[in-house]
Amino acid sequence: MTQIDRLTQARQAGEQLHHFHGGLRLRHNKKISCELPLEPMPLPPRFYVPLLQHSGPEAKANVSIGQTVLKGERIGLGSHPGRGCIHAPTSGTVKALARRAISHPSGLEGLCVVIEPDGLDQWKKLEPIGDWNNAPPSELRQKISDSGIVGLGGAVFPTSVKVEEASEKGIHTLILNGSECEPYISCDEMLMREQPDSIILGARILQRAVGANRTIIAIEDQMGAVNQALMAAVTESGAGDIDIVTVTTIYPEGGEKQLIQVLTGLEVPSGGRPSDLGLLCQNVATATAVARAVVEGKPLIERIVTVTGNGISKPRNLLARIGTPIECLIDQCGGYTENAARLILGGPMMGYALDSDSNPVIKAANCILVLSDFDIRPPQAEMPCIRCGECARVCPALLLPQQLHWQISNQQWDETAKYGLSDCIECGCCDFVCPSHIPLVEWFRFGQDQLRSLATDRKQAEEAKQKFEAREARLARTKLERKQRMDEKKRALRDEAERKRKLAEAVDRSRSRQDKEA
Amino acid sequence: MLPAILVITILGGLFGLGLGWASRRFQVESDPVIDQIEAILPQTQCGQCNYPGCRPYAEAIANGEADINQCAPGGEAGIIALADLLAVEPKSLNPANGEEKPKALAVIDEMVCIGCTLCIQACPVDAILGASKYMHTVIDSECTGCELCLPPCPVDCIDMVVKDQGTGDWKWPKPQVIAMNLHENHP
Repeated sequence: MTQIDRLTQARQAGEQLHHFHGGLRLRHNKKISCELPLEPMPLPPRFYVPLLQHSGPEAKANVSIGQTVLKGERIGLGSHPGRGCIHAPTSGTVKALARRAISHPSGLEGLCVVIEPDGLDQWKKLEPIGDWNNAPPSELRQKISDSGIVGLGGAVFPTSVKVEEASEKGIHTLILNGSECEPYISCDEMLMREQPDSIILGARILQRAVGANRTIIAIEDQMGAVNQALMAAVTESGAGDIDIVTVTTIYPEGGEKQLIQVLTGLEVPSGGRPSDLGLLCQNVATATAVARAVVEGKPLIERIVTVTGNGISKPRNLLARIGTPIECLIDQCGGYTENAARLILGGPMMGYALDSDSNPVIKAANCILVLSDFDIRPPQAEMPCIRCGECARVCPALLLPQQLHWQISNQQWDETAKYGLSDCIECGCCDFVCPSHIPLVEWFRFGQDQLRSLATDRKQAEEAKQKFEAREARLARTKLERKQRMDEKKRALRDEAERKRKLAEAVDRSRSRQDKEA
Repeated sequence: MLPAILVITILGGLFGLGLGWASRRFQVESDPVIDQIEAILPQTQCGQCNYPGCRPYAEAIANGEADINQCAPGGEAGIIALADLLAVEPKSLNPANGEEKPKALAVIDEMVCIGCTLCIQACPVDAILGASKYMHTVIDSECTGCELCLPPCPVDCIDMVVKDQGTGDWKWPKPQVIAMNLHENHP
């Protein structure tokens, strides 16, 4: 298929549904958290706002201890403009800048801004863009950048970076991803049910910001009431260029690349971006964050969090501010049940375990899952790979997990790169089906990090080599120059001696002549 | 008989000319194996391998004069990569050439530094900034951790500091294998 064919096909996204390779049909387990309505969290006694909440380096705090801040005031500056700004979740006093656990998979500590709320919950002076429909797209993008918005589906990639790149490359279709495929997580479903208007508004603003012609909102076929709610919102807004597409629930169809494959039948090229196909994919929650930032001027300081699992008394969705300790959310849901056993941030397939519920809610926290003893598979001894190929059959990225596992455990990094390790989305399907209980995703996470660090090492080595060679060349040059200078000096001295000798000779000659004449 | 000899001689001559032309036309500046070996070496130019830099060590390996297990900064991964490239068995690092350490950066204690420029002259990658009788400092991003600046310092004011591992540099660890217990008593 030529590039032009691919682009034409990408333009027909959503008209006909396709399949991606592999995947799993998992028990949904979403109903338990969808029975109670969405509820906003009361203010906790203290907020612990981590300065690292996006993919990239930590933000720099621009508040000092004892300073009073207003709700929505910027308290963390991203390392690059538009990357990972952090805003105060409420008005109050900065009590400390402390190193605390920041809900990172490593369990390591990071710098947190500790804010004691004053109870007034007073906004800073808001600067909305009133007439967004006529505002220049660059102004909209700037607003997104200033509001600290990141992808709320879980990857927390800065939205401004994605949007800037998309608008540079030229986008025809905006895809809003509402197909949250991981079991238990229902925050997007709840959002689409309760605030469909703000999603549609966000879609229209994003569409204008990147210059797309139309929007597709992808939802799952198991989200009953969502379709009607969104339809009604679309009709009400009068936007004719927004389509709602229902996709079949197969894990991980909510992955960006998988969803694009379902909608277009095309694969995002390895190492490429959806923008190569003229597409931009954003989570529905990100769209509402954009709507709030542009129309109300409010930065991203809260998100919907699903608190669920058999270890929670009353599972539900909560609207929680960033920085709220997780224990407060759990109390709001009636606390733990007797057999609560493991606290997980994220879903059962891609989430990671937290060691304490005093960790704060972060922008990436779509779900807090508490599993009971009954849910947890006991640790199993790892058996040798029997090369049954189940993992390759379920891999949505069309990789060969058994092969990659072998290569990683033998440190054949160049080979793993050739076999597409960097295309692994860490969905956990291979791990789930492996009859030998090999923790494949753990291996792939390890391998991907090694591959990345190897690449930086090689780059640094190359730079060091260039600097070394430049230095050698410089030393050789100065040596040569010094030698030339010395030679010149010697020659000059020799010349001087020669001149003097000649002069003396001439004097001698004239003297002898004078003597003769005399 | 004669035509056969003539034909073979002429053909041989032609092939010889062709080869001679090709060897000039497609001449490779340096031995590609040396370049490949050098690409694996960490370019710290530290001399721990007993050669005056990564390139000379690469040349020595290619000529069969040096073993592949003499590069301490490259560590186990480097040795495995070299073994793969040269199709030999990997070995463990020769203890005579130092030990594999986590990457460290040189840090000058600026209160103690007397500005003698000896470390600047020793640094193979120009990572130290300063001038005679002025304080010196190390440019973190340029330092390869080769430790060559340590011995010349007359006041011993340079320390190797292992970079603090924050969340930014954190990497997923190698999975712990849960060993299979063959004598497990099943309940």
